[in-house]
Amino acid sequence: MAREVHGMVEKRGAGLWLTHAFMIIGVLVIFFPIWLAFVASTVTQQDIIQPPMPVMPGDQFWINYKNALFSGVNVPVATMLFNSLVMAIGIAVGKIIISLLSAFAIVYFKFPGKMIFFWMIFLTLMLPVEVRIVPTYEVVAGFGMLNSYSGLIFPLIASATATFLFRQFFLTIPDELAEAARVDGARPMRFFWDIVVPMSRTNVAALFVILFIYGWNQYLWPLLITTDPEMNTIVMGIKQMFPSGDDFAHWPTIMATSILAMIPPVIVVVGMQRLFIRGLVDSEK
Amino acid sequence: MEKRVTFRGWMLPLLLIAPQVVISAVFFFYPAGQAIWQSLFIPDPFGLSSQYVGLGNFDYLLSDPFYRASFLTTAVFSILVTLCSMVPALFLAVIADRLIKGSGVYRTLLIWPYAVAPAVAGVLWLFMFNTRVGVISWYLGTLGYDWNHVLNGSEAMGLVVVASAWGRISYNFLFFFAALQAVPRSVIEAAAIDGARFWRRFWTIVLPLLSPTTFFLLVVNVVYAFFETFGVIHTITAGGPQQSTTILVYKVFSDGFVGQDLGSSSAQSVILLFVVGLLTVIQFKFIEKRVHY
Repeated sequence: MAREVHGMVEKRGAGLWLTHAFMIIGVLVIFFPIWLAFVASTVTQQDIIQPPMPVMPGDQFWINYKNALFSGVNVPVATMLFNSLVMAIGIAVGKIIISLLSAFAIVYFKFPGKMIFFWMIFLTLMLPVEVRIVPTYEVVAGFGMLNSYSGLIFPLIASATATFLFRQFFLTIPDELAEAARVDGARPMRFFWDIVVPMSRTNVAALFVILFIYGWNQYLWPLLITTDPEMNTIVMGIKQMFPSGDDFAHWPTIMATSILAMIPPVIVVVGMQRLFIRGLVDSEK
Repeated sequence: MEKRVTFRGWMLPLLLIAPQVVISAVFFFYPAGQAIWQSLFIPDPFGLSSQYVGLGNFDYLLSDPFYRASFLTTAVFSILVTLCSMVPALFLAVIADRLIKGSGVYRTLLIWPYAVAPAVAGVLWLFMFNTRVGVISWYLGTLGYDWNHVLNGSEAMGLVVVASAWGRISYNFLFFFAALQAVPRSVIEAAAIDGARFWRRFWTIVLPLLSPTTFFLLVVNVVYAFFETFGVIHTITAGGPQQSTTILVYKVFSDGFVGQDLGSSSAQSVILLFVVGLLTVIQFKFIEKRVHY
């Protein structure tokens, strides 16, 4: 590989160690907040409210996590985890399905009003939910979808990024395949299921990773529409665990919850790193 | 671009496109239209009727010192977040790129923070700088520096900037690293043989070759700072002290939901809509450039 040659031009002895040293320092600095949160989730409240808190984990791991998962502050964290899971998967799967279908229609058909629909979908790229929260809230409230999974999911799948991604990809599928399918008398939906969907597998997986994290990490929208603690998602629920007055927050529980809130997306990102990076690059193109 | 081969019929495609069109219409176009419509009215305090005021809400907003201050706050905030997330990311990517072995391990570790939600990142940083129990604020205290982001506006701004930039370092690192790996080795070799040292090569060859990626990241990071940092601000400062961390998106929320001032909140939405449109146009222009480079 060309990279090997690089090493030959310059001597790299002490320099290499220095490079590793810099890298390790960088990783440690970046990791510090997560480490500290983890430590805080394994010690007692006493250890924390008398600063400085320890920098090595204590022995309260099971107690704190059990307490967070099954009692929590307003609602058991297990409930919030479940809600987040439903929301994140619902957003990812919902968006992928509607986008696959509409991209297929846009690419493989000519029909009246096609360009109007195309631009309609294109426009939704531009406006994040944060900008239209008040009226969107009113719509969702009007449908009686406050404190419901559909209220959490639907407004967040109204955006066109995935449709565009699939459109770009479908355009690269060789015309011969569609030609052959047509000659064979295959119905369009048969072509969709047997050729288009299997060919899009990697794109679907990459997009799933990105959308799962997008859905999991939502904050403002669940904050507005889930007034019932039973429907809180974990990312917005953490803030609800802080007492409103001057009381001390129960830091070990809050930090255990923070760690629990980051585990699923971290597993997805680290475990599916290749797909994740591909999805990231694809969805920004 | 169009397909040469298409299927016949128009009922089926309309059916296929219907779910997306319906969802966009109900949860996107109708609310966006409502925002524009409501921005022209002032509802009475009981919400029973509302009075048409034309562009009155906009006039009022643009002469409102708090709203203008929020514009400035947003500008400062986004510039700082962009810088604080891009400079360390570039530095780490350059170092990782020098490694022949092991860069994969560092990459795996460095992408962690990307998975951490902005709101959770906010809680982690709040914990470190908490005025009563925070580790860093405590050590700052022993050094004689009295950290208090609850009262001090610039400290609050610094904290929300760092907490917002933190997770973004991962994102920027991935893009810079990929771009660095794509720099042709032969060019670097040639410069090295001519005796150009590492930093000289970096400034004169590598950085110019990275410029498409850098421009692209500049735009997406500004967009991020504008719209996706709500969670950080809400968890750490709630816009305070004295609105010193109230960015535009936060103000739409606090005026609309906390202050119940629907006309003003809608007018702010409309203004943000233009800002998003502008940023999108810039984004597309730069991405075009990136592709043609």
